[in-house]
Amino acid sequence: MDILYFAWVRERIGTDREQLDPPEEVVDLLGLIAWLAKRSSGHMSALGDTACLRAAIDQKFVTLDASIAGAREVAIFPPVTGG
Amino acid sequence: MIEVRLQPDPFDSGAELARLHTLGGGGVASFTGIVRGDGGLIELMLEHHPGMTLAMMRALAEEAMERWALTGLTIIHRHGALQPGDPIVLIATAAPHRTAALEACASLIDRLKTQAPFWKRETFADGSSRWVEARTADDEAAARWLRDER
Repeated sequence: MDILYFAWVRERIGTDREQLDPPEEVVDLLGLIAWLAKRSSGHMSALGDTACLRAAIDQKFVTLDASIAGAREVAIFPPVTGG
Repeated sequence: MIEVRLQPDPFDSGAELARLHTLGGGGVASFTGIVRGDGGLIELMLEHHPGMTLAMMRALAEEAMERWALTGLTIIHRHGALQPGDPIVLIATAAPHRTAALEACASLIDRLKTQAPFWKRETFADGSSRWVEARTADDEAAARWLRDER
């Protein structure tokens, strides 16, 4: 699974992309985020507060309770600020 | 005619509007966003999701084209490093009547702000920098167009 990070999530983690295969017990985005947060102090700093996070699976916005079954790409980022 | 572009380079609003003027008339409405220099801002950096951002812009464009029966629509959004005074986004809509052109234009800028994956980082003259936080007011403005759906 490709995991992409943007904006301050990317900065705190220190990379814009990781290729990881989460264990079977990780079934939804909240579970994935909790699993990723344990990888480093940077991950924890970026992913510890899920209220500040938004996500997309395979380039579609989803809520954090979405299933990650079959996902090829997961993007995790702060609320968007375009325009 | 739909034209949607995501680019680092500047754009020429006049030339873009002129193209919409040739689509049979009625009216052309437009919004050009310009980088503000508030609080000693010297640079605005726009990050985007390669692949997803342009796709979302296209989806919003196609939806607006159909909802307001536009004859033409141009959306250009820049990314990368911008300075105060730089044009950052252009929305231009052409329709047989003014209401459709004006409403589609206003709706698109509200929805682009909340539904296109861009993130802005501001850098100031004193060397400090910060990521721009999403505003509740922007979400409310975008939601208004969903409530008004006819």
